[in-house]
Parts: sequence; structure tokens; C-alpha cells
Amino acid sequence: MAVDKKYDTPMLDELEKGEWPSFVKEIKAAAEWNAMSNDLLGLLEQSYSEKMGHWKHGGIVGVMGYGGGIIGRYTDLPEKYPNISHFHTLRINMPSGWFYTSEALRTLCDIWDAHGSGLTNMHGSTGDIIFLGTRTEELEPVFNKLTAAGFDLGGSGSDVRTPSCCCGKARCEWACYDTMALTHFITNKFQDELHRPAFPYKMKFKMSGCPNDCVASVARSDISIIGTWRDEIQVDMQKVREYAKNGTDIVKEIVMMCPGKCIEWDGKDLNIDNSSCLHCMHCINVMPKALAPGKDRGAVVLVGSKAPIVEGALLSSVMIPFMKIEEPFDEMEFWKLIENMWDLWCEEGKNRERIGEFIQRVGMGNFLDSVGLEPIAEMVAHPRENPYVFYEEYFEEGEEVEK
Amino acid sequence: MAEEVLQRKTDIGPPHYSKFLPPIIKENYGKWKYHEIPRPGVLMHVADNGAKLYSVRAGSPRLLSTFKIRKYAELADKYCDGYLRFTSRHNVEFLLTKEENINPLIADLNALGHPVGGTGNSITSIVHTQGWIHCHSAATDASGIVKAVMDDNIEYFKTMVLPGKLRIALACCLNMCGAVHCSDIAILGIHRRPPKINKVNLPKMCEIPNVVASCPTAAIRPVVYDGKPSVEILEDKCMFCANCFTVCPALPLADPLNDGVSIWIGGKVSNARHEPMFSKLAIPFIPNNPPRWPEVTGAIRKIVELWAKNAHKHERMGEWIERIGWPKFFRMSGIEFQKEHIDDFKYAGLTYKRSAHLTY
Repeated sequence: MAVDKKYDTPMLDELEKGEWPSFVKEIKAAAEWNAMSNDLLGLLEQSYSEKMGHWKHGGIVGVMGYGGGIIGRYTDLPEKYPNISHFHTLRINMPSGWFYTSEALRTLCDIWDAHGSGLTNMHGSTGDIIFLGTRTEELEPVFNKLTAAGFDLGGSGSDVRTPSCCCGKARCEWACYDTMALTHFITNKFQDELHRPAFPYKMKFKMSGCPNDCVASVARSDISIIGTWRDEIQVDMQKVREYAKNGTDIVKEIVMMCPGKCIEWDGKDLNIDNSSCLHCMHCINVMPKALAPGKDRGAVVLVGSKAPIVEGALLSSVMIPFMKIEEPFDEMEFWKLIENMWDLWCEEGKNRERIGEFIQRVGMGNFLDSVGLEPIAEMVAHPRENPYVFYEEYFEEGEEVEK
Repeated sequence: MAEEVLQRKTDIGPPHYSKFLPPIIKENYGKWKYHEIPRPGVLMHVADNGAKLYSVRAGSPRLLSTFKIRKYAELADKYCDGYLRFTSRHNVEFLLTKEENINPLIADLNALGHPVGGTGNSITSIVHTQGWIHCHSAATDASGIVKAVMDDNIEYFKTMVLPGKLRIALACCLNMCGAVHCSDIAILGIHRRPPKINKVNLPKMCEIPNVVASCPTAAIRPVVYDGKPSVEILEDKCMFCANCFTVCPALPLADPLNDGVSIWIGGKVSNARHEPMFSKLAIPFIPNNPPRWPEVTGAIRKIVELWAKNAHKHERMGEWIERIGWPKFFRMSGIEFQKEHIDDFKYAGLTYKRSAHLTY
């Protein structure tokens, strides 16, 4: 599509200034040759002067056999900006850990240059490769080229959203399980649930290799799988002394900041009471050469986090305090729990009710009963303070009372 | 056509990551020993066998043209055998095995307009949403504010002089595609005017029971208008969540006079030291002022500097404020405490101060 007109963009031009890389320069680079990006430039300038967006609400578009992966988008000013009368987004499932080769990136660019705006997000908030803006009739051809190149669409709507993870064992000494392998496994295990929305609302998985939680799983995923360990922190005492010698104030920076108050330092030896360690990562973060997570590694599983819509934001809460995550993943009992949770949520959940909200509505105790988990103290910050307990049974006169 | 359909591939999932890992990572997968940050923007991971992997991290606007991605690919070919990755905060990372390639790569990245940094105690790239570039429900733009804020704090991206990490995120409406609610600083677009009911389109586009059920405060009621089913909105019960708009396009909230930005601070997702926590409201409303939102960048700069000056080493924004107390934060920052700062939704009571632990 040739570019046949040029828009004045005095406001956007202001955003070409400054040292941080400019998104306006990116749009202009695409607008040099792509009429969709050129019209986007004109529309965005208008939005900047009016302080308002000009995109219509949704619209159901997709590729054959899939219910998710494409976000329909149309401008409300199609006469003025005809080249973006359609401007649909494709979500493309990224490889675990967002690793690429230059060859793979060029393949993606070639496909997108032939069929879309030439604009992308690397990456969207959930982690997908985002192809930003194309017409309905281009969707099937893009999809066919993507699958021929080994890529597939990600999730959208009320389905499993594209699972994402930190770089884990590929480049991190703190990875307590293989996040990239598990993420790849989960993504493939749930292809149907990912591509064909059938849930009450969205369902996100995020895999972090350690409690630093670099993919924000505790805040941004319905199923948060966070690596941890249950034995002793590994200590190289000689290296601890080197940190102390090189200026780390062990008392102030480590001992006093330990949330478990379980570290002592006598100027020579670091003593950790591992039974009180909260596995927060702070001491390890500060002295990565001297300390490391223990050897008995696995993950804690938390459930239910979400942003505010509808009933308020939630953080995930503990369901499984520790589980080993080892190949073959298919044999893990964990999938039975996922199946139970989904069965219950699909049966009882309301339209647009995330699983975290569902748990709040029916009560954690009832939820545990239904999915077959025993209540344990690790699941709560503290026991209830409110004495209105829903006991389900009581004794009648004359019944034999249990002793 | 029929033949094409037969050959159509579906449900193949993403390409296996192992195709994209450089040999040094394949050899040392799960065998990394420790890492150092030899200079801002450069990570050095050392494996058990002594192998060293250098990651050079550069800032990115997230919105990338294919032109720029091809440039990244060229640099990856030139310096690291074609291997690169992206981070969870939209930075690009080049994966080098030759230490001598670090400086030339950084020079090329800078020439391309991409500063190197975002490691350790820095402000790294802002996780953000689409805004006016692509979203129907945006109350503000995303990329423009992000650009202005990062320009204004560029030295904190390129250095590691802050007390701890500072994570900024932006969502252009309460839907929070960027899930900003656990950030050191969250910039959140908000609407402040109830939906305008499009009475002509509503019966055609929306299912009334769904619309009524979508409202978390039960502010929407079914009515008959001009003989057709419609809704009315009890405006004093509307908290501008836009959930009704999500299920019904005939209830738009966007309004240039009343839309703008709120600032939330003190959240985190990491378990380090303090448990993860939500961001709390610092500034209820700042009007949209494109193209560079100077009131937003000014407010953020002030909060960043206040924290940088007063926090203990390693203390995140929320940990610092928790230590000194919110009243002291408001006194120190000069931000006026208003009615809007006090929660009035589901768990509001839990946020009241319920002790005599106060500073004077």
C-alpha cells in the first residue's frame, strides 16, 4: 500500500525529542512505506489534540476454527482515515523466555510487512508478540504464513491466555525449576483451552523461577507458580567474608533487613536459622556470589490474582505450599487440581468472574472442599477473626455424640 | 481453496525455545553459578564451568516497527551470532560471549537511539498498555506518557544510584491490561464522568440483563425508552470502572474534559524482604495534557527524588513509606490528602488506621 498523503503532526513531533527511544519515530518509520501506519499517525495526532481515542469497541473477527488470538479493531473515523478502517491485532504466542534468533525475527518481519501495518509490540503485557493493525481479509493469510513458520496464535477473551515465564534455568542461577520447559508444556497441553474460549472469563498462568517473581505472577495470573526451596540456603562463607571486606554492611543490609529475623553475623560467620527463613530472596539478591537457594527445589502454587475489573484487584494466595516440578510433567498430580478447579469454576462461576473472585464469593473453605484440597495454615495470613462460622451439621437430642 | 484448508495447520503452539538458545546457554542450562553487573545495563552470568555470558540490555519503546526489529537482528548478527531476547519489561537483551564486543555494541545501540541500562537499582522500562494508539476504552494515552516519564528519568535508567529497584507501570484505564496495581509507581488513566447512554444503539448492540449485571455497584437499571428496552444509570453510584462499557459499546465513558491520570505508589511483586503489596493512591487526578504531560512527569520526578533521598539502601518505595508512615509521606511530599484517598469499596474498613501508632 503506497503512502499518498502526509499528515502534519506537531504534537507527536514533540515526542521525537528526548533520549528515551521514541514510539513516534517507530510509527513514522513504518509510515514511510505503509499507508496503515501513515493513517495511524494522522489519527493519533487528532487524538492528541482532542484528548480522546478514536477506536470503536471490539468487533468479532478471527481465523477459522479459533475463537481467540485476534482483537478486532475499527476506527470511528473511517472516512477520514480509510487505511485503518480495520486495524485488528494479532496475538502470537512467543517462545518461552522471549528468546529469538535474528532469523526468526526476520521471518516475523517478512510476514508482517506483507500483510499488516509494519508495527508490533515486543511484547504485549501478557507476553505475546503483537502484530498491531491489519484488515480482516489479511487474517487467514497471516495465520497460514505464521503456522508455516512454526508460530501460532495466543489467547484472548475467556480462554487460557498465553502462559509466560522468566528466563529461568536458561540464564539464572536462582531458577528453582525449569520455568521455560514447564511453560512450553502447559501451553501445548492446553492448546484447545487457549484457542477456543469456553471459560467464564480469562485464565492466566505465569511461571517465575524464584520468589523475586520477575514475571509478576503473584499479581497478574490466576495460576501463579513461583519457584522456591525447602532445605538450607547454600552458603560460601569465604565469599560472604569477601562481600563484608568489600563494603557490604552485613548487619545493616542483611541481618536487619531479613524479614524472618533468622540471620546472625559475628564478623566472621553468617548463621542462618533456616527453619525460620521465609524464602524472600533478599540475602541471596544482595550476595549472589556467596549465597544460593537450597538444593531441594520446587515451587509454591498460588491462585487467584487479577486486576480490578470487576470486584477489585486481588493477589494470588497459596494453594500448594511446595511441590516438586520435574519431568515428565505429564505425570504431575497438579493437573488433576487444575481440572477440578476448572470444572468447578466453569460450572458455578458467573459470566466474567475470574477464579479469584469466584473463590472470594463462595469462600476459600468451600472451594477447597470442592476441588479436593485439605485446608492448611499456609493458605491464610492468619486464622479468621470473625466468629460467625458456618457449621454444616449439628447434633439432635439422643444422637450419639462423637468423643 | 479446499486444498489450502486441508493443509491448514492449527494448534501447533509456539516454537520450542531450544531453537533460539545460543550454544553457551544450551551448554550451561541450569548450571549457572552466579552473576554480576559489571556496569549498568550489562549482566555477566558465570557458569559452574567458568563460561561467561554477557547480556547487554537496551531500552525500547515496546512499539517497534519491523524496520527497527531488523536493526536489532543486524546487531545480533554482528555481535552475538544472531541471539537475543526480550525481557518481561519490554527491554531488548543481546546475548554475548565475547567481552570485547560489549563496547562496540553499546555504541551501535546508542547510535540507533537505544540507551543501555535498566539493571540493578534503576528505573527500567515502563510496562504499559496501548492507549490512543489502539484501544477503545483508553482514558489517556500510554506511549506518550511513558516516553515523557522515561525522558525525564533517563539518568536513573542508565545508572544504578537509586536505593532499590523502581518499577513504573502504566495502564490507560481500570481494565489494567498492564496490571499496574503492584508497581512502585503506577500511572493509571481514569474516567470521571458516567457513561453517556446511546439510546439509539443500545437496544441493537447490548443485552440488557448483561449490562445490568455488569455493574459492581448496581447503578444500572433496566428501563423502557421510546418503546424499546434500555437502561438508566444512577450517576451518584457510578465509580467509573467502565465494566458496563466492556459488555455494551453503547455506554462510552471517554470524555476529554473529565478523563485524566491518577498516580499510585508503593506496590511490589517481589517477595524480597516485604511481601508483595498493592500500590496505594498518591495523586487522585491530573488532567490529560498531551503531548508531554508535564504535570505527570513533574509529580513522578518529585516522588522518585523524595524516595531516593530518604529511603534506606535496598528499600523499595512501599517499604520506605511503610516505615515512615503515610501521614509523613504526605507531609514530606506536599501532596494534599483528600477525600478520594480514603477507600470506600469492598474492603475499605481494613484500610482505616486502627491504632495510636502515629508520627507527629
